[in-house]
Amino acid sequence: MPKRDASDNSPLVALTDVAKRFGAVAALNDVNLEIHAGECLGLVGHNGAGKSTLVSVINGALPASSGRVEFPASATNDALAAGVRSVFQELSLCPNLSLAENLRIAHADLRGWGWRRRAGVEIGQSLDALFPGHGIAVDAQVETLSIAQRQMVEIAIRFAPLGGTPKLLILDEPTSSLDAGISSQLLDAITRFCDQGGAIIFISHMLGEIFRVANRILVMKDGHIVADEAARHFTRQGLVDVMGHVATEPETSQEQIHRELGETVIAQDGLEARRGEIVGLSGLAGHGQAEALAKLYLDATSTWRNIGSPRMVFIAGDRKRDGVLPLWSILNNMSLSLLAATARWGLVDHKSERRTGDEWKRRIGIRTETLSNPILSLSGGNQQKALFARALASRAPLVIMDDPMRGVDVGTKQDVYALVRAEAAKGRTFLWYSTETEEMCQCDRVFVYRNGLISAELSGDELTEARVLEASFEMQEPVA
Amino acid sequence: MQNVLQRPWIWAWLAAVVTFAATVVLSSGRGAGGLAYAALSFGAFAAIVGVGQMLVISLGPGNVDLSIPATMTLSATLALKAMDGAPGTVLLGLGVALLVGLGTGAANFALILLLRLPPIVATLAASLVYQSLAIWSNRGLRVKPPEALADFATGRTLGIPNVALVGLLLSLLVWIALERGVWGRWLLAAGQNPRAARLAGVPVERVRATAYVTVSVFATVAGFLLASFSGGAALNMGTEYLLMSIAVVIIGGTSIAGGFSNVPGIWGAAFFMFLVVSMLNTYGAGAGARSVLTGVIIIGIVIAASARRNPA
Amino acid sequence: MNIFSRYRILLPIASLALLMAVTFYVQPRTLSYFGLNLLFNLAVPIALATVAQMLIIMVNDIDLGIGAFVSLTACVTATFLEHSTATGTAIMVALIAAYALMGAMIHVLALPAIVVTLGMSFVWGGLALFLLPSPGGASPPWLREIMTVKPPLIPMALVAACLIAGVTHWLIARSGIGTVLRGMGGNADAVRRAGWPLVRLKALAYGLAGLFGVLAGMALVGLTTSADANIALRYTLLSIAGVILGGGEFIGGKVSPVGAVIGALTLALAASFLSFMRLSPDWQIGAQGAILIAVLAARLLFNRRDGARR
Repeated sequence: MPKRDASDNSPLVALTDVAKRFGAVAALNDVNLEIHAGECLGLVGHNGAGKSTLVSVINGALPASSGRVEFPASATNDALAAGVRSVFQELSLCPNLSLAENLRIAHADLRGWGWRRRAGVEIGQSLDALFPGHGIAVDAQVETLSIAQRQMVEIAIRFAPLGGTPKLLILDEPTSSLDAGISSQLLDAITRFCDQGGAIIFISHMLGEIFRVANRILVMKDGHIVADEAARHFTRQGLVDVMGHVATEPETSQEQIHRELGETVIAQDGLEARRGEIVGLSGLAGHGQAEALAKLYLDATSTWRNIGSPRMVFIAGDRKRDGVLPLWSILNNMSLSLLAATARWGLVDHKSERRTGDEWKRRIGIRTETLSNPILSLSGGNQQKALFARALASRAPLVIMDDPMRGVDVGTKQDVYALVRAEAAKGRTFLWYSTETEEMCQCDRVFVYRNGLISAELSGDELTEARVLEASFEMQEPVA
Repeated sequence: MQNVLQRPWIWAWLAAVVTFAATVVLSSGRGAGGLAYAALSFGAFAAIVGVGQMLVISLGPGNVDLSIPATMTLSATLALKAMDGAPGTVLLGLGVALLVGLGTGAANFALILLLRLPPIVATLAASLVYQSLAIWSNRGLRVKPPEALADFATGRTLGIPNVALVGLLLSLLVWIALERGVWGRWLLAAGQNPRAARLAGVPVERVRATAYVTVSVFATVAGFLLASFSGGAALNMGTEYLLMSIAVVIIGGTSIAGGFSNVPGIWGAAFFMFLVVSMLNTYGAGAGARSVLTGVIIIGIVIAASARRNPA
Repeated sequence: MNIFSRYRILLPIASLALLMAVTFYVQPRTLSYFGLNLLFNLAVPIALATVAQMLIIMVNDIDLGIGAFVSLTACVTATFLEHSTATGTAIMVALIAAYALMGAMIHVLALPAIVVTLGMSFVWGGLALFLLPSPGGASPPWLREIMTVKPPLIPMALVAACLIAGVTHWLIARSGIGTVLRGMGGNADAVRRAGWPLVRLKALAYGLAGLFGVLAGMALVGLTTSADANIALRYTLLSIAGVILGGGEFIGGKVSPVGAVIGALTLALAASFLSFMRLSPDWQIGAQGAILIAVLAARLLFNRRDGARR
């Protein structure tokens, strides 16, 4: 039984009617939550469920759009002062500094003569307590450490006193880079921490880990908390069921076009596709799908040569990072991949550019007065449509899509799905990575990724949301 | 009218016109024609190297060519030496200069690509080597350009200095390449977002290589003409053109963040820089005042450009 | 991991040692008190300027105006400081404050440092021209004495270099605040999230650079006893080369103060060495460039081989 000071039972953090909106999209809605000392809260949910937003609101990185975030057990409104610390997947380490020096950054009051030794002792003690036998020198430069070791250091820093006491620790997939032995050490440390009166929010896709440490489980879906109960009330399968959509929206009427699938056009690293096929890549975000697609495209293309008619094209999902050319007009963005194919004497064929632009504006339905407007004047969904047009107009037979419908409105999505099906019917092959399971059910075949590898290949009757979800999470059923 | 005012190059041109007027007013209207002619002559050299530097700066942050002065000097020295003042050797000299440009540009890019040096370091190290080559090949004697070439460089056609005509021609070529050419689109795409350009099929490295070779070639043309204009290749002939090439690019409205370039602005800025110097000379201000004012202008423009991009 | 990539400082040390060995071989007379002092004399102001550049590079920026700034401080030293210590010091303090302000502005307005420092180089240069339109001025006597002191056994130049290296190493690599500054270069976001005020830190880095720029100008005048507005313009490129030679990198906050001083010494030595080689002075500048390329190629080679093995 957790030891707790029974006299002071105010929650460490309390959220009341919290909502968080990004423009028109509600990432969090109607959230009411209290966390007390000694609780180890497992937080699970599929992509876009709102987990990251929830913890960002708790640790103060994002302000809530409405509602209250309070820390009743401490006399402060500041998360950091209330002892809330977070370990995210993007590390907060300075690679050019040593462990002790990184601790100094996190522990501002550690100054004066001999600070380096004291910092080294502090981080060393934290590492020893968490990961006995870790073998990392406190004066080693973070840059020289492996990813697993960096993760260990990051966790150890957050567990260290840092001039105060950690009360609530948020850990977002902390074992993702750790091997089984070290993960086990961490899970033990987490249990000890809660036993001694701390509290933990633990986000993971490894259900076995959740069940090992959590005494309370929170399930999120579409920005809401759909389940919040003691861990013993759940089973693994039950969790998966709660996360998925039990009752779906009215099925989008799919035209039953019988598509002839041709010969195999891609077979690389376990990924396969036939001509005219729509192949999906699914699983939880960040499990290797985007990397697999990027590798496929980059290996097949060159930074020196540009063949007029490319074999494959790429549609980016993170349009700001990988797709949109922000200073240009919509037309220029759309025509980029086409230029070499239609050029005359190295000069751009403006008439052909306009013609293609108008044609695709019509086909894909870009809402704008004129294509000469700057691309940033378009809504997100329409920008994505422009990127689609860029790829589809290029006549390449293979189209790679890196989660292109992320954050796009429903109307745009329906338009694009129809277009993809129509193009596939004409013999174009699509490799489609998406973080939304309903989209995967539009595919002919789906490869589910987990931890960087393909964990399942589903098609036909097997291709259901439940099966995809199952393959995305590591069940870690206990061995009989 | 509103459209014209929004063009980025308008400010450089307005500044140039205002400065011109201020100078002419002070000298009671005399010498306006002479001033304009001088502006065209001296501005041409700054504009030629400026246009080249603009191409490289448009590739995005971190891309700049610090070897322009050394390249200018080297090409001038070698070309003049090859011609040796003899008649009928103009094309030979030009050929030598262009070859030097191709060589230095390729060498610069090789350092960037193969040694993975940041362009600042690569062009800086290379410039030291080129400068030495120039010094070594310029042993002592000051070779004069052939008479025909000197006449051309200092002469005029239809009232416009010949060097300005050459500069305008080169600028026109670059302008066409940027506005109408596939290569120009690729350059501007790579400058806005190299990763997005790569994923859209743009041959990013080939575009970068061409840009670095082009700026070197332009520098050699400028050096060739400047030496013919001044009657010989002095070893410090390029010194002021390093900072000047970057300054006219910035003042002319090209974005240091890459992806947006501006050929007309370069000319406006080149005139403006020359006219500021003239105006201050006419007002009796010393070299110090000129320099301080140039610096203040550059910084002012950068702040204004940043404010326009990020309205607080 | 091979020894050169584990200890980044070894390559600069090895390069310097190699160059010194070759110099002594070619011209044995330099292996003497007088000879060493002559070889490294002018390295002291260059080393100070290189440290200043290193401080800017440490926070992921670059300073294209350090040469003009050092020329300005040299002119101030040769004029105001020589006439009146009080006025001179006040001006120097103002210049250092201006540098700090520049850093703050660059951070707050998100301006490209390369262009701002370029613009400021025109301003520094113009101010220097105001002070000394033609070469002149004189060194304050106390400064001259410091720069020409003759300590026993080891020449002043080397003592000064060791002092500079030692102080900046303690300041940047060992002290708490230096660590935070380097952290800013490595992961500014993490430093910000930990609650540090980035604007003040950036101003501090730039202010320190200004301080070293002032010291560089003073040292230069102490050696040359006069100044002119263009006296240190070449320091811009030299300082960048020195930082890189010393194992520093443009981004990531990976700089070495000791390496920077060694880099400056190497470049200064290269110039002297070449005149001993009876290599015509034509090639002195080029050789500095060649040395820079050679060292960087070696570094790439060692890193690549090491990366392949790992």
